[in-house]
Amino acid sequence: MAPEPPAINPESKHWASYPRFLLRAVSAATDGSFLFYAWMTALTAVFLVGVNAWAHQVTGGMVNTNMSDHVSWGLYIANFTFMVGVAAGGVMMVIPAYLYKDKRMQDVVIIGELLAIAAVAACMLFVMADLGRPDRFWHMLPGIGRFNFPMSMLTWDVLVLNGYLLINLHVVGYLLYTRFLGKEPNPRWYKPFVMLSIVWAISIHTVTAFLYCGLGGRPFWNSALLAPRFLASAFVSGPAFIILTMLVLQRFAGMPKPDKPIGTLVKIVRVTILVNLLMVVSELFTEFYAGGAHTASARYLFLGHGEANALVPWIWTAVVLNIVAAITFLKPGLTERKGLLVLACVFAFTGAWIEKGMGLIIPGFIPSTLHEYVEYLPSHLEWRVSAGVIAFGLLVYSAALKVAIPIFRGTMRDRPPTEPDKATTVN
Amino acid sequence: MTDAAPTPPSPPAATGVSRRRMVKALGATLGAAAFGTAISPLFRGSELNADELMQRHYKELSAADKQTVLRRLEAEAKEASGRDVTIKDAQPRPKTKFVYAINLSVCNGNGNCVEACHKENNHDRDSNQSYIRVLEMPKGTMDMEKGNTTYTGAVPQKDKFYMPVQCQQCDEPPCVDVCPVQATWKEKDGIVVVDYNWCIGCRYCMAACPYHARRFNWEKPNVPAAEVNPNQGYLSNRVRPQGVVEKCHFCLHRTREGKLPACLEACPTGARVFGNILDPKSNIRWILENKRVYVLKEELGTKPSFFYFFDK
Repeated sequence: MAPEPPAINPESKHWASYPRFLLRAVSAATDGSFLFYAWMTALTAVFLVGVNAWAHQVTGGMVNTNMSDHVSWGLYIANFTFMVGVAAGGVMMVIPAYLYKDKRMQDVVIIGELLAIAAVAACMLFVMADLGRPDRFWHMLPGIGRFNFPMSMLTWDVLVLNGYLLINLHVVGYLLYTRFLGKEPNPRWYKPFVMLSIVWAISIHTVTAFLYCGLGGRPFWNSALLAPRFLASAFVSGPAFIILTMLVLQRFAGMPKPDKPIGTLVKIVRVTILVNLLMVVSELFTEFYAGGAHTASARYLFLGHGEANALVPWIWTAVVLNIVAAITFLKPGLTERKGLLVLACVFAFTGAWIEKGMGLIIPGFIPSTLHEYVEYLPSHLEWRVSAGVIAFGLLVYSAALKVAIPIFRGTMRDRPPTEPDKATTVN
Repeated sequence: MTDAAPTPPSPPAATGVSRRRMVKALGATLGAAAFGTAISPLFRGSELNADELMQRHYKELSAADKQTVLRRLEAEAKEASGRDVTIKDAQPRPKTKFVYAINLSVCNGNGNCVEACHKENNHDRDSNQSYIRVLEMPKGTMDMEKGNTTYTGAVPQKDKFYMPVQCQQCDEPPCVDVCPVQATWKEKDGIVVVDYNWCIGCRYCMAACPYHARRFNWEKPNVPAAEVNPNQGYLSNRVRPQGVVEKCHFCLHRTREGKLPACLEACPTGARVFGNILDPKSNIRWILENKRVYVLKEELGTKPSFFYFFDK
């Protein structure tokens, strides 16, 4: 580290301490154990494979995907929808921490807020990956392009997603910086934004549901239950991922046992996963009991249509995963049994990914609006691009956690008395 | 990462810290190089030019701007196919609202309209694209679920009727509402158009359309030079760029100059009727006043300008 010039009054010199904070953050994010380097290198490699696949898609055209005029959205938009849920799910740590003033949760709430940031970043990349003309991206910028606000729900989504990103960047940035300086954060500068972020988290997933349920020509999506369903499954996938993150951090980053916060999250998922299942069952009852042309998509999804049944194994996998996860989460003392907890979280997360991703987007297009059955499964290129985007999200998340954890544990402070570098490399 | 890119000269006495910095700098350099390689396909054979990239929305172009754009597009078309093409920007005629009707008692599913659209509108040859799909429907139902768009063999079949579907030019078009960048809109004469140079290719309009009227250019359309229709319109049948959405535009490069749509001219049965609903003496007006016409998916409230009727 470069020697820092002695400051007379560090409190008042943000222009000097803030760059120092950023430098230390960059340094901490790129320093670590062999395992950390291996993890980050692997993610970078996957990300670059995705970038390369995307570059081929942009040059050669989206003919390299398996999408068609019939199924005009595919894996990208499916993943986008799911990742919005993961981003919104972070709020399930914020609510106990700040509304219920759960001290233990406050110590780790940054994990949820950072997840929101990384997931929103991934969402934006998924939308970019889906554009036929990414070079015209600027047409969507308010003021510069022609922003079809308020008519187009997509413009609402652009606003709420960027807003959510900014709010979380502010809260996280402020908390980390003040802790880095060794000061108590001033509630005036972050509490109102935390409260705003709670409302905003609900809004991002509601607006994303409105993208689909507002379309009268697509009966499979045109349901008032879609937004509540999105939220319920978001509050499964988000907390499940956070539990997994905390277990990993405890194992590999020497984080103290976060049993209390995990216990709270398990309690939350125990309920939300059942609420989600209830809503899915109620949608399916309406579809199958009444019957008619309106239900063709649901029939295709669950039962197939003659030869066309590509999604049947997918959706039944999700059903099994969701039910097994729901039952496992009901088990008393699940927090103590790490193996079972990991299994339940992985099942719940994967189940939500299938159900709300491919399981929701693709049947909206099958049968098509002229009742033609044209099937879709993602191409190799689409999988590569998607893996690249997910890897990018994980890169952001890992680097951010790498900075945040030592600051929150107090091991990374502005100009500690001795050997500043050692403090940043505890793990 | 970026701060490490310029490799610092290693100090004479290498400490642990500087070795770590060296490794980081090396990693950052390798990473940047790998990134460059990964995105390199973007710059291979790229046809992007600054004029196209910076072009404003159709409605923001002045008359002079439009001329510049049209001449540029003509030059590009010439360069691509070696053919001389004219790209015009026909404007809506005053007191005109175009409406289409199809007589399903007469239509026999011969598919000439589909073919005519394919040629007139410079559609991609490889995918055999067209704005029109014809459903073969069993008599006795109006349920499109019973229809078949991939019928083959002799037409008409005795127990079938045929229903061509193309853009319904809705008065309440859901596709226009959902477009995030206003790249598609309804013109004064009722035609819903797309600015192919403004569309970002998000395909939200394709999800919103209840009539499967919109098509996407999954790759650069391939039209052999000899087959290119040189009479082109900016908002209609010019060869589309890759990665944008297109749709039926009632052949506005023809109809705004007093001609009929290509699909109508090609129809051997006389099933198709096209005209200005505001003209009290037009055929289309007579049909709408005297036949029992209906529209597709009326319950969705899209208010199509496209009607169907039976004669007997």
